[in-house]
Amino acid sequence: MLTGVNFDVGAGQVLILRGPNGVGKTTLLRTLAGLQPEQDGIVEYPEEQGAYASHADGIKAALSVTENLTFWADVYGQRDVSLAEVLQTFDLTDLRDRMGGTLSAGQKRRLGLARLAVIGRKVLFLDEPTVSLDRTSVRLFAGWLQSQHLAQGGCAVIATHIDLGLDAPELDLTPFKADLAAGGGSDEAFL
Amino acid sequence: MIALLRRDLKLAVRAGGGFGLGLAFFLIVVVLVPFGVGPETELLSRIAPGILWVASLLAALLSLDRIFALDYEDGSLALLATSPLPLEGVGLIKALAHWITTGLPLTIAAPALGFLLSLAPEAYAYLLLSLLIGTPALSMIGTFGAALTVGLRRGGLLLSLLVLPLYVPTLIFGAEAVRRGADGLDPTGALLLLGGITAGTFALLPFATAATLRINLR
Repeated sequence: MLTGVNFDVGAGQVLILRGPNGVGKTTLLRTLAGLQPEQDGIVEYPEEQGAYASHADGIKAALSVTENLTFWADVYGQRDVSLAEVLQTFDLTDLRDRMGGTLSAGQKRRLGLARLAVIGRKVLFLDEPTVSLDRTSVRLFAGWLQSQHLAQGGCAVIATHIDLGLDAPELDLTPFKADLAAGGGSDEAFL
Repeated sequence: MIALLRRDLKLAVRAGGGFGLGLAFFLIVVVLVPFGVGPETELLSRIAPGILWVASLLAALLSLDRIFALDYEDGSLALLATSPLPLEGVGLIKALAHWITTGLPLTIAAPALGFLLSLAPEAYAYLLLSLLIGTPALSMIGTFGAALTVGLRRGGLLLSLLVLPLYVPTLIFGAEAVRRGADGLDPTGALLLLGGITAGTFALLPFATAATLRINLR
């Protein structure tokens, strides 16, 4: 649980969230994405532009790479995305027809990130997007973020432990950690 | 939403758990009954409506815990919750996909199995009709139960305990319609009540499903 966190991310900007495990990065991102209600405070962004991605990629083992991406594009009503281009960007072209279940952890992660490119959302909340990626793939992802997403006026809040090579402000959440012993947050016990 | 339905049906067919399992279970239960109660045709034909309905109830129950569990585990459910699809719609589509993969095959297979239990000839039309009207309610109630237990380890058993009592009205009026049909009585009343239950569940439970999913996803 965090308290007193305050930030502003403009178009074309990235905010990197830092902090030790368990400080509340995931909680903050899930709250921003609307998966859990905020205890207090205001979250403001154009709601129809938000998208969330976490450690779990939501990749179906029995669907091919293309089918997985097409599904998410359809869910977000994106009819005119160039799938070939996205596959190219995330180096998935050769894996196009492979079933999701046969991908390695890193390949799955790349597919999970490619999902962000087909859904056409501007405000991204990313929780550890580079877990299990090798250095080349991290560069692929950072490249997409910089040259496509941010260049087209998108923005992102990213929780990560590694250096993405982006020129972005960092926010260390450690000082904002709420002192639970001092009260507050007690309703969790009843849920 | 059509995309979600298409995906769920595709997954059910490819994973094989959808069509096959429930249907095979239904078949086996119904075939086992004559072994258990003996081969007297008269007795069998009297209990046939009840057996067919109870068996389809249990067969529908079998695949309920997969409705949300798989999507929850791989994170798709959280992603769907943050997607433009309303969760109420997700619940509705999930119930629909479950019905197409279990309720519909059960309905189609039931008359053939009615023959095994020497169901009265007049009752076949009502068996088909009552299952067609009643099984969607089983899927919708089951989807709500699945939403309640999503994220629980070994939630399957709890799910059955929660859902089976809720199936009672559907069972009563479904079997009653077939029984009245077999006895040559007018089953309209039972069928109307069955339709009422189905309409009611589809009107209310998508909202309850969405609300429970929201709480479980926190």
